[in-house]
Amino acid sequence: MTSLILSTATTYLLPLLLLLSVYLLLHGHDVPGGGFVGGVVAAAAFALYAIAHGVEEARRVLHTHPRTLIGLGLLTALLSGVIAFVSNEPFLKGLWTTVTLPVEWKLGTPTLFDVGVYLVVVGVTLMIIFSVAED
Amino acid sequence: MSELTLTSAVVLSFLSVAFFLAFVRLLRGPTLPDRVVALDLIAVVGIGFVSAYAIASDQSILLNVASVMALIGFLGTVAFAYYLRRKA
Repeated sequence: MTSLILSTATTYLLPLLLLLSVYLLLHGHDVPGGGFVGGVVAAAAFALYAIAHGVEEARRVLHTHPRTLIGLGLLTALLSGVIAFVSNEPFLKGLWTTVTLPVEWKLGTPTLFDVGVYLVVVGVTLMIIFSVAED
Repeated sequence: MSELTLTSAVVLSFLSVAFFLAFVRLLRGPTLPDRVVALDLIAVVGIGFVSAYAIASDQSILLNVASVMALIGFLGTVAFAYYLRRKA
């Protein structure tokens, strides 16, 4: 399906939705949000792109195979647990540090775990959507 | 009753009427495209509900929900349109 309105709108919506998904991911600690919601929004952005421009084009924009994202996400989540383990704390214990960028930013292993969840959700959802859409 | 609560009460009841009317269209049809448009309208009314409730309850965090719904909501309509065109 080629629709000029849809494909033009999607070109601008994709970066906007990805920005929103990262915002939800990083914001999700003290307020509603988090890795899962962010991942779903990012996957919806790519699904919209696949509807507007075709699945092949969406795969090209994603750069990697969704399977790679699943693997990366699981490794990131594992890493967040191992960091606590190697510093003589229980496995997966949340360790926090404060990074002072221009704004003060609380960074910790739960954030890293959320990044892992985000990547796994994006990978799994896109793998399902792409394979269903290609039939 | 303060001005804000009165306004929210009016707005929320108007939105409920809009929701009800869209739901009637969803039930009656008569064709599938009519139902798809009704679903889209229900999504938009839902965005209105969340935004109005965010103001009424003074919870700005609910506006996040409204923005996600606004950006994602039309995806369902687009997918339905895609399906209808493929079927035709």
